[in-house]
Amino acid sequence: MALTAKEVARLGELARIRLTDSELEQLAPQLDVILTAVARVSEVAATDVPPTSHAMALINVFREDVVQPSLTPEAVLAGAPSVGDGRFRVPRILGEEA
Amino acid sequence: MSDLLRTDAAELSGLLAEKQLSARELTQASLEQIERVDSAVKAFLHVDAARALASAEAIDARRMAGEELGPLAGIPLAMKDIFTMTGAPTTCGSRILEGWVPPYNSTITDKVLAAGIVVLGKTNMDEFAMGSSTENSGYFTTHNPWDLDRIPGGSGGGSAAALAAFEAPLALGTDTGGSIRQPAAVTATVGVKPTYGATSRYGVVAMASSLDTPGPCARTVLDAALLHQVIAGWDPRDSTSINAAVPDVVAAAKHAEVKGLKIAVVRELGGDGYAPGVLQRFNEALAVLAELGAEITEVSCPNFDYALSAYYLIMPSEVSSNLARFDAMRYGLRVGDDGVNSVEDVMNLTRGAGFGAEVKRRIIIGTYALSSGYYDAYYGSAQKVRTLITQDFDAAFASADVLVSPTTPTTAFKIGERVDDPLAMYKADLCTIPSNLAGNCAISVPVGLSPDDGLPVGFQIMAPAMADDRLYRVGAALEQALTDRWGGRLLDQLVASPAGAYLNGGAR
Amino acid sequence: MEFEEAMATFDPVLGLEVHVELNTATKMFCGCANQFGDVPNSNTCPVCLGLPGSLPVVNGKAIESAIRIGLALGCDIAGWCRFARKNYFYPDMTKDFQTSQYDEPIAFNGLVELEVDGEIFAIEIERAHMEEDAGKLVHAGGSTGRIGDAEYSLVDYNRAGTPLIEIVTRPIRGTGAKAPAVAKAYVSYLRDLMRALGVSDVRMEQGSLRCDANVSLMPKGETELGLRTETKNVNSLRSIENALYYEIRRQAALLAAGGKVHQETRHWHEEGYTTAGRSKEEAEDYRYFPEPDLVPVAPSSEWVEQLRATLPEVPAVKRKRLQAAWGFADQEFADIVNADALELIQETVAAGALPSSARKWWLTELARRANEAGVELAQLPITPGQVAALQELVDAGTLNDKLARQVIDGVLAGEGDPAAVVAGRGLAVVSDDGALAAAVDRAIQANPDVAAKIGEGKVAAAGALIGAVMKEMRGQADAARVRELILARLG
Ligand SMILES: [Mg+2]
Ligand SMILES: [Zn+2]
Repeated sequence: MALTAKEVARLGELARIRLTDSELEQLAPQLDVILTAVARVSEVAATDVPPTSHAMALINVFREDVVQPSLTPEAVLAGAPSVGDGRFRVPRILGEEA
Repeated sequence: MSDLLRTDAAELSGLLAEKQLSARELTQASLEQIERVDSAVKAFLHVDAARALASAEAIDARRMAGEELGPLAGIPLAMKDIFTMTGAPTTCGSRILEGWVPPYNSTITDKVLAAGIVVLGKTNMDEFAMGSSTENSGYFTTHNPWDLDRIPGGSGGGSAAALAAFEAPLALGTDTGGSIRQPAAVTATVGVKPTYGATSRYGVVAMASSLDTPGPCARTVLDAALLHQVIAGWDPRDSTSINAAVPDVVAAAKHAEVKGLKIAVVRELGGDGYAPGVLQRFNEALAVLAELGAEITEVSCPNFDYALSAYYLIMPSEVSSNLARFDAMRYGLRVGDDGVNSVEDVMNLTRGAGFGAEVKRRIIIGTYALSSGYYDAYYGSAQKVRTLITQDFDAAFASADVLVSPTTPTTAFKIGERVDDPLAMYKADLCTIPSNLAGNCAISVPVGLSPDDGLPVGFQIMAPAMADDRLYRVGAALEQALTDRWGGRLLDQLVASPAGAYLNGGAR
Repeated sequence: MEFEEAMATFDPVLGLEVHVELNTATKMFCGCANQFGDVPNSNTCPVCLGLPGSLPVVNGKAIESAIRIGLALGCDIAGWCRFARKNYFYPDMTKDFQTSQYDEPIAFNGLVELEVDGEIFAIEIERAHMEEDAGKLVHAGGSTGRIGDAEYSLVDYNRAGTPLIEIVTRPIRGTGAKAPAVAKAYVSYLRDLMRALGVSDVRMEQGSLRCDANVSLMPKGETELGLRTETKNVNSLRSIENALYYEIRRQAALLAAGGKVHQETRHWHEEGYTTAGRSKEEAEDYRYFPEPDLVPVAPSSEWVEQLRATLPEVPAVKRKRLQAAWGFADQEFADIVNADALELIQETVAAGALPSSARKWWLTELARRANEAGVELAQLPITPGQVAALQELVDAGTLNDKLARQVIDGVLAGEGDPAAVVAGRGLAVVSDDGALAAAVDRAIQANPDVAAKIGEGKVAAAGALIGAVMKEMRGQADAARVRELILARLG
């Protein structure tokens, strides 16, 4: 497997975490050790074993389509790092038109 | 230290009801203890004395007005800083959420406040509940009241330490892989991971959604049951919450009877890698249960050997998704917003600066485990192991009422000892993780001090889903027999020892 | 390259992804009002803001709508399915993952049959799945207001968490030169179907129905699919057609010149062209996994059958039936459909009007008013029942056409039902023969020349006298009756 610093940097980009060079150097071997250890799961994960995504086997939990009070815009924006015109102000977006 | 601080919540409840004690007096005593010891223990991230006193006074006023109040009305509580509560910061021990004041209460916060419980403040934790030592807190490390050079467990080390240092009689925690039980074990307190879905996760900041379980922390089994009764129950705001009656855990804790009960030791949770002193105390406790009339057997749960691996794939996968929202857009830290950096840069910089090393490690592992080409081998296989572990539990519970094991393989380790060795750190949760994967319930109760190092040892009892009452029945029986044997609580030994002198305001 | 030329060399293959916003009262996973145009961020709560600790709970009504849509598209309904998280970062998404469905859609394997210019096309539906919408971004600063050179953006999360159904076709082959028309007909079909189901407002211009059009070309005779582009921002039926015409010609020109089509997202501009979005070096890795905060959806077959019983008639079948029942020629009926007047006329007929009368009012007088006001026909403040009542007054001779138009003015001005407007404005036709006869006498006396001509048998001259009588009666007379009286008097 041998996870390289470059691969860790790519994962960091995918996870939106800017990692410093020293972090990358430290993380790569650590992650490698961890991933090698946890890869053991495939030893017993036979094809006939169904996967479990939820601890309890509940189904069909639905809500009535009835309006509940929302927060006030003041409360909504209170914790925002930046606000403009009653909206959340965010840095410029590079990318496709949306 | 006043005797009040060492009194159980159950007893305090009586004193308050009989008006021999006011909630204000009691709250004041807790606040004074925090003042006295917290600079050494560092259990709290945030204490709001004025708010605590005001709510205590409100409870006193209602009691004086003749209002019928619940059993825990007026009792102080330390809240893990992962439960949202309006008017107080919720940081989850992370710098990325520094100063964030949520605009809503968690369901459990609402229940606690409705019960008249007095919230003293928010306790320290490993960042976003990721860790077994509180060393991963973005603020500071909490110290084990038994030995201030040692870890108090984690991630709920703050809540456990607050109990053990007599700063509060009750506390709240969350248990994703052992974060309630492991700190309880290493501090000689009681911690319960209820059945997954028995306690609401709404308003509890998510670490790993399919594993996170809020639960009670206390100094006695009965106190834990009283708090369990308050916080458990169906919540329509949590789709994974179980719509069924809460078992009568308080009655079970009072019943405390194990005669004829089938108790099975899990073979895979013991042996090599377990400290001799831990195993010794564990076996002595088994002997006590046998003396009380329980039938002790042994079961094998072969797939438990894979639990830690499955956990360290499922948990980080969910973490990588749950923690994506800390993106500097709507709340919390924002770094690098200089008008030139793009939104992508700002997200990258903020998350790079705001998350600690362990959180980053887990996000990266989870991102990897879910990425195309690796999903089946990692996340997919881990989910299959989850099925196998559940099947092991089902088979074991077919022949036993409860399963038992040590709560942790070792006693509290030294601060700094495992920070550079993540795998060694992860092993602290070896015994607790299977119940998180399967969703069943488990408790840790103190069973003595290890002869190796004089530090507390925890005994884990596991019961089937929605049979939480069994934990309290067995835990209370064991607690009662051991307390009789010791001539008092284990924590009283700490208070009486030189190591605990600081708890009384003495030098350390 | 001209379209015809392109079609001589290449076969287009279409793939259509349509997003339908459901018109539930609340959002997909929280109780906030599902409603736009309000104060920014006022319809938001911890759940749709993705605040730490918040948890989603599924709107049961949205599941019901999803199942009904699936059934109406001829899909199988999953006996058990889950939501999944689609992980990617974008500031309009509060959790930085979209709660969607991945390999377990609620509906799959559907089939829609369309008729385009007399030819039948079978469109296979791969899946219809549930997901949530994102918030709305406004780009600010910069010179053009476009995202590319904006200084910053502003986000309103009122739309975040709106329930969406995404309907995805399998590749559509064999349309040839009709590809743009088939795409348009398909979206139009979906729009009618959603409206008939009552599950969505399906207003393309407002984004409650959105279409992403995928197209690729393969040289005639080949079977291997070419690289495709996905065109977004097509906000009207006409744009779908135009965008595909453009994309097909663009791709054909590229290929014919020996170039390659980039697999990319393209953006449609109403001015008539597409531009490339950011080209992606590698496919986005969404790291889908089952949403742990939501439990599986497992509709019982009883529930599905109950919902099947609520399905409206398939629009195409319904049209055939109505056209036959109403006796309209193809073009007459097509005009009704194109004017979005089918339902209105159906209700007007149900309220008692003849189909021809109902059609006349909606397609002429009312269509003109809607056009003037810049609104849809259905948005006019007049009901089919009121139109039927109006026609009844005309049939009874109480109103003539001119008066009827004045009554419409009154109804549209909020003066009440036609009868109330007639009373309020005093508009009824004078049906008192005594009064009419007196007016006829006065007209004859005032116009002896005309009267004489009529007397000589020049009946056509009666028009002048009728005009005079109508003028005296200020229009409130039945012209046919006036004519009868004049001819009786002079004949
Ligand atoms: Mg989609
Ligand atoms: Zn909401």
